[in-house]
Amino acid sequence: MLATLARRPLYLTETLEQMYLIGVGSLLLVTLTGVFSGQGLALAFSQELATFGAKDYLGRIVCMAVVREMGPILTGLMIAARVAAGITAEIGAMKTSNQIDAMVAFGIDPLKKIARPRLISLIIMVPALTVICDTIAILGGWVVGRFIANVTSTTYWAQVFLKLNYGNMLMGLFKPFCFSFVIAFISCYCGFTSEGGTKGVGRATTNSVMFTSIVILIVNFLITKILGSMIKGYL
Amino acid sequence: MIELRGVSFSYWDKPVLKDVSFRVDEAEMVVIMGPSGSGKSTILRLILGLEYPQRGQVLINGQNICVMKDQQKQEIRKQIGMVFQDGALFDSLTVGENVGYYLLEHSSMRWPEIAAKAREMLGFVGLDADEIGDTLPEELSGGMRRRVAIGRALLSTNPKVMLYDEPTTGLDPHSTETVLGLIARLHEEKSIASVIVTHQIVDALEIADRFVVIHEGELAFDGSLEALRTSADSRVRDFLAPFRMSFGRVAAKRFIDLQ
Repeated sequence: MLATLARRPLYLTETLEQMYLIGVGSLLLVTLTGVFSGQGLALAFSQELATFGAKDYLGRIVCMAVVREMGPILTGLMIAARVAAGITAEIGAMKTSNQIDAMVAFGIDPLKKIARPRLISLIIMVPALTVICDTIAILGGWVVGRFIANVTSTTYWAQVFLKLNYGNMLMGLFKPFCFSFVIAFISCYCGFTSEGGTKGVGRATTNSVMFTSIVILIVNFLITKILGSMIKGYL
Repeated sequence: MIELRGVSFSYWDKPVLKDVSFRVDEAEMVVIMGPSGSGKSTILRLILGLEYPQRGQVLINGQNICVMKDQQKQEIRKQIGMVFQDGALFDSLTVGENVGYYLLEHSSMRWPEIAAKAREMLGFVGLDADEIGDTLPEELSGGMRRRVAIGRALLSTNPKVMLYDEPTTGLDPHSTETVLGLIARLHEEKSIASVIVTHQIVDALEIADRFVVIHEGELAFDGSLEALRTSADSRVRDFLAPFRMSFGRVAAKRFIDLQ
């Protein structure tokens, strides 16, 4: 299947359209997720750190938690909920109404025409959205740190940049890269294999979101464990 | 031109076709009839190479499509136009884009050129391109959708054979007559062989040269209208029993003496 995906035609228009739908369409969702998860984290950490007199470390903790874990996971799950459901429902509906067969009859490979533009768009947009989510979450943490926990901006940002190292950034970008494959493969697979009319499409969509979410969490754990031990010295 | 030789097909463990054999010659119009779920549509999917039989061969111009590579299959498909049930129009594209879809994907023509061809084709199938060319398929009636699908198939592949899957199912009498008229016109004017799958027997009787009856996945009948009328096969007689009145009326219309 991967070999098929590498062959021409490239369907650039469809890919750009999908990038817009996935990227711009998910921007508000990811922004809100970032703001509130960053603020929530900072609030919880600042209260706990205050009991040890270590409030000044807030930036470090928030940055590490967001870049390494929360940002990729939350973005992945949000995209899974919004985009995976959409992809499966769209492909499922096309299959139910014989549009996929019509494509094949006209000499068009549905994998290239439908699956590949979505995969490429996800590979580009999920890491990009994760970076946006991370940035906004850290900014949210700064708002809480500065105005509620009374941590100075200088201290907060100094601690943030201390943990914004290559190791954390590598992990924070490698995870969404992997999640994009998970989302694309599961959602397309569920769509192409959906059966049983509209009810079947509904079932496939539910399964798509469920499996994508679970696999994202499993993959996240494995990457944290395996990649974490490989780049231990850089974290 | 098309020949099925001892074709057996099953979905998982459910047998759909059992040892089915028949052929369709050039410029012939064959109607495949049978109750719902008897495996009629599967035959069209096998001819198009969308499914593979577990046993037997599907020959197109003497070549077995079941063992072909994708590229070869694509060449064969250029000779076959397919009108899917309910049209299977691409719902994210306009009617004009649907009709010109094949050229959009496979030719180096620019859109204005393709649009002109699509307009011409819409006119051929009896639709007003100015009125519906820029609308979405969901805004069309069932009969219009089928005609757009026929136009799309014609513009796509310049076919030697057309496959129709339930072309008149769910249409009102006027739309049915229009679609059947178009199928008959294509058959006569362009000498295109036609294979029509339907369970609407009256429609089938009106236009076909030859009839194939599928019963529970088996070939129950293959022959002319007269032979169909006089068939002693209990499966054929049972299948036609509810339509005796229509049978007589249509046969009379086609100047065949049933007495």
